[in-house]
Amino acid sequence: MAQHKVNYTQDAGLPIALTSVDKIVNWGRSNSLWAMTYGLACCGIEMMAAGASRYDFDRFGTIFRASPRQSDVMIVAGTLTKKHSEFIKRLYDQMTEPRWVISMGSCANTGGMFNTYATVQGVDRIIPVDLYLPGCAPRPETLQYGVMLLQKKIRANKAGNAQKAKRLM
Amino acid sequence: MRAYKPKENVQAKAYYTDRFYVAPQVPKSAVDTDAVFASDLEAIKAKFEVKDAYIQVEQMVVYINAHDIYGVLELMRDELAYTQLSEMSAIDWLAKDNTFEIFYQMLSMTKRKRIRVKYFIENGQAVDSVEKLFRSADWSEREMFDMFGIEANNHPFMKRILMPYDWQGHPLLKTYPLEGDEFAAWYEVDKIYGKEARDIIGPELRDTARVDRYDSERFSRLGFEVPKGTEITGDEEPHVESYQEEGGVFMVTKLDKESSKVIDDPQR
Repeated sequence: MAQHKVNYTQDAGLPIALTSVDKIVNWGRSNSLWAMTYGLACCGIEMMAAGASRYDFDRFGTIFRASPRQSDVMIVAGTLTKKHSEFIKRLYDQMTEPRWVISMGSCANTGGMFNTYATVQGVDRIIPVDLYLPGCAPRPETLQYGVMLLQKKIRANKAGNAQKAKRLM
Repeated sequence: MRAYKPKENVQAKAYYTDRFYVAPQVPKSAVDTDAVFASDLEAIKAKFEVKDAYIQVEQMVVYINAHDIYGVLELMRDELAYTQLSEMSAIDWLAKDNTFEIFYQMLSMTKRKRIRVKYFIENGQAVDSVEKLFRSADWSEREMFDMFGIEANNHPFMKRILMPYDWQGHPLLKTYPLEGDEFAAWYEVDKIYGKEARDIIGPELRDTARVDRYDSERFSRLGFEVPKGTEITGDEEPHVESYQEEGGVFMVTKLDKESSKVIDDPQR
């Protein structure tokens, strides 16, 4: 029992919020987007900077996890080589649904400057991508902006329906 | 100097050929101009056949027979104090005379001298591994096998080091195209989804000059993008991006730009 008197109607409003299931589920999903640490190249440095204190992803509920089974969004930051392509597919399959993918930087988007035999020409040849971030490398602000756009995209979905399984093919 | 030629689509060409191009030569000097190198060469010549030797950019280059390599490097390491193998690899001369040139870059810390030992092998011939003499040759010889397809006899683990084990082709050969052959172009699709997925996923887009109708200029500056082809004068109105819906977001405070504090000190 609270010993002090709280006047809800005057101070901060009633501790009740009326909403729909869609909104509260999407609120939960979009504000606890746990990201998988997937730094492959120099974009990974910008991703680390975005997670560190100066840009501070924790404010958005985006906490980096080292396991695909605990993460909701895979931020592919850097050059994907052909040797690594099977592992990114395996890690994507290990993530639980609903799951999202951000392709960060020119290399992940299109292969970038690496127009060579050993580089995958865009991660969307391997896994479905929700958001492409341009830049070489994108600044942490861009990544934060991208995460906020992804939150907007999640909020636009019907949470009641199970997320359609995203398949490349 | 070569005459200038337009280089349209240089990346699509496997390699650049100029029929009358003569590579500039670094001047060579005789070995007896350097006393340390002269005595080293005498020690090598006493036991092995030396085909050619000269000094180039203060380093001695020694050409030997392919089957002598282990003995020569052992002699240099144990008796001539060349204790480090800095690097070794091959040079592709297949187009010229169907040979590879193998080089070993040796360093003596006490003498402060470098010697490059070289020999030629035919295409398809294997070399003798020097991994027992220098541990650094372990990965170098694996890389040489990976990139050129030259195998090293008596190597403990003769496998690819950079490319995947199931890769086909040796990428540093001059005949290997930069953008990869048929196998390389479909490697990840074939491996993950199978050959039947080729039609669905489609070929790689490698045209760097390709223009999409959704492309924009200044895309890396958020809010300042303009459509492709716009003449940029610098006084365009910034495009305000919204990341929150108009009606607000459930339990998330809407950003109010007027009341928010802007920190413009970069050293904060």
